[in-house]
Amino acid sequence: MNRINQIFTALQANHRKALIPFITAGDPDPELTVELMHCLVDAGSDIIELGVPFSDPMADGPTIQRSSERALKHHVTLSNVLDMVAQFRHKNEHTPVVLMGYANPVEAMGHAVFAKKAREAGVDGVLTVDYPPEECEQWVDCLKQHGMDAIFLLSPTTKPERIKQVSKLAKGYIYYVSLKGVTGALHLDLHDVKSMLEKLRQSISIPIGVGFGIRDEATARAVVELADAVVIGSRIIEEIENSPRDEVLNKVKILVRSLRQAIDEKLITSQSSAE
Amino acid sequence: MNVYDLPDKRGHFGPYGGVFVAETLISALDALREQYEHYRSDTEFQEEFAYELKHYVGRPSPIYHAKRWSEQLGGAQILLKREDLNHTGAHKVNNTVGQALLARRMGKTRIIAETGAGQHGVASATVAARYGMQCVVYMGAEDVRRQATNVYRMKLLGAEVIPVESGSRTLKDALNEAMRDWVTHVEDTFYIIGTVAGPHPYPMMVRDFQTVIGKEARIQMLEEYGRQPDALIACVGGGSNAIGLFYPYIDDDTVRMIGVEAAGRGLETNQHAATLTKGKPGVLHGNRTYLIQDDNGQIIETHSISAGLDYPGVGPEHAWLKDIHRAEYVGITDDEALEAFHALCRYEGIMPALESSHALAYAAKYAPMLAKDKLLLVNLSGRGDKDMATVAQLLGITF
Repeated sequence: MNRINQIFTALQANHRKALIPFITAGDPDPELTVELMHCLVDAGSDIIELGVPFSDPMADGPTIQRSSERALKHHVTLSNVLDMVAQFRHKNEHTPVVLMGYANPVEAMGHAVFAKKAREAGVDGVLTVDYPPEECEQWVDCLKQHGMDAIFLLSPTTKPERIKQVSKLAKGYIYYVSLKGVTGALHLDLHDVKSMLEKLRQSISIPIGVGFGIRDEATARAVVELADAVVIGSRIIEEIENSPRDEVLNKVKILVRSLRQAIDEKLITSQSSAE
Repeated sequence: MNVYDLPDKRGHFGPYGGVFVAETLISALDALREQYEHYRSDTEFQEEFAYELKHYVGRPSPIYHAKRWSEQLGGAQILLKREDLNHTGAHKVNNTVGQALLARRMGKTRIIAETGAGQHGVASATVAARYGMQCVVYMGAEDVRRQATNVYRMKLLGAEVIPVESGSRTLKDALNEAMRDWVTHVEDTFYIIGTVAGPHPYPMMVRDFQTVIGKEARIQMLEEYGRQPDALIACVGGGSNAIGLFYPYIDDDTVRMIGVEAAGRGLETNQHAATLTKGKPGVLHGNRTYLIQDDNGQIIETHSISAGLDYPGVGPEHAWLKDIHRAEYVGITDDEALEAFHALCRYEGIMPALESSHALAYAAKYAPMLAKDKLLLVNLSGRGDKDMATVAQLLGITF
């Protein structure tokens, strides 16, 4: 069993939900990324989504685009990102790492070369934002051969036939984009999220994480009631962006820890009220 | 005879094209594709489109024989397809009229567009005013600075121009930003892409609306010259004016098709926008095509004297036509384009856009190698009034 399945199995056994933070590799600078990853784990994260910087992050909002630009100022490449994962693995063997990025850097390296190197580095899953299921059968096979999960996005506008199509390819977990728009957007409608998740569960058996629009303890708390995991990206990037470099680790730790507590508290209260 | 009928159902031209976007955009693209497939063969829609092109745009655009310039060059005869005479001064309006009519039928009240030099922005603002729709144009902050007159033109037409400060602050970043707007406001918003790039159905749809250029040319050539030209020459940034001229000739193997890219300060430098000549296939802006990128797959900033050619990608159909050797793609430098700009002003009394000057410059190189009875049809895709400030600045003149 791979690390992603292990983590979800363990969490489910304890009636807990997964906290999945997103950071961009190389932001604010490449030297800090591995430390930040360890810090995320210390603060209670279950899986790390590590963004591969790209010059044209079309599906992301301004916050994550700026983080990509900061990383690219340091000339962070896909190879560098894989090195960071390998370095992270020196001290951490159990926390799953999912790479999140765009197709072009992966194509420039070559699918097979990437898959082999990523596996060796200790990557567990890959989410390629601009590879919809129609365009990536070979890619999914390639990841599978190397024991990695292809993570897919689903959105509020995804039609039932596509949900089925994605469910056949997706492994690890599904990343449900909780609102229309780009990463970092506001206005999360929990009622919509709830009814859509009910629909998704009819064809999807793997865990479902919810992301886009989760900004604080209250939204995180509300979302874990509905989903198996909470993905938080832009809010963490803002913390990195707004903190002096020597305070980044501490600030991120405080933020992630408060989110962890919010998620766990909710579960404790909902369990006791059910009794 | 082979009949060319690409793209396939999912928008592929061989390995190029397709739909490479995040899941959040899929349903909007599906809806657009379904609607466009319907109206593509709808007689009433096509009749309205033809009516608008005739009465609002002023089509057909004539073919003009540049006699004096041809004589001076001393070879083949150069014929110009006068897209510069269209309303708003370029071929761009053919496409914005088509897409605006589609937007109306889809019940959209707001249109958005990206623009580089501002020509597509102006063409979008124009049709938005014509059909009473709200219009927002995304333009790289750097381009807003370089193209102040066009920014003002768009504002006069009632559009809101939003400067884009991210990335390299040019056309590609404006496109990213417009996509973000679309995904957030998809219920009431129609995104008018200005070139034959982006996810399916855009490359096909924009091509279809621009093929009026080549369809007219085929008729006009027969009427006026009794035969088709020996070669077609058009500039290629994204490639919409070129594909508009080329497409009706693809099955006609006797007609050479030559796309002219911006070689900027030279193909041997890093300062050009010659995507098909110097780029490698990859994925950007929703399609697979040739891209100017580094070894790590990051998109590199391009350079051209002409803002309309300053784009690191190219339409996927051009990528395919290159690979199957149906069309040839060559580079023309800033200096060569400028020389052709001046030549057309002086010999023919026509001020061409700097984009179109690239096509003219290649014709000027090629014509002297051919006999005088050969015919070169050059797409004069736009007029050069917008470029006067750029040219003047290069000559050290300030107004």
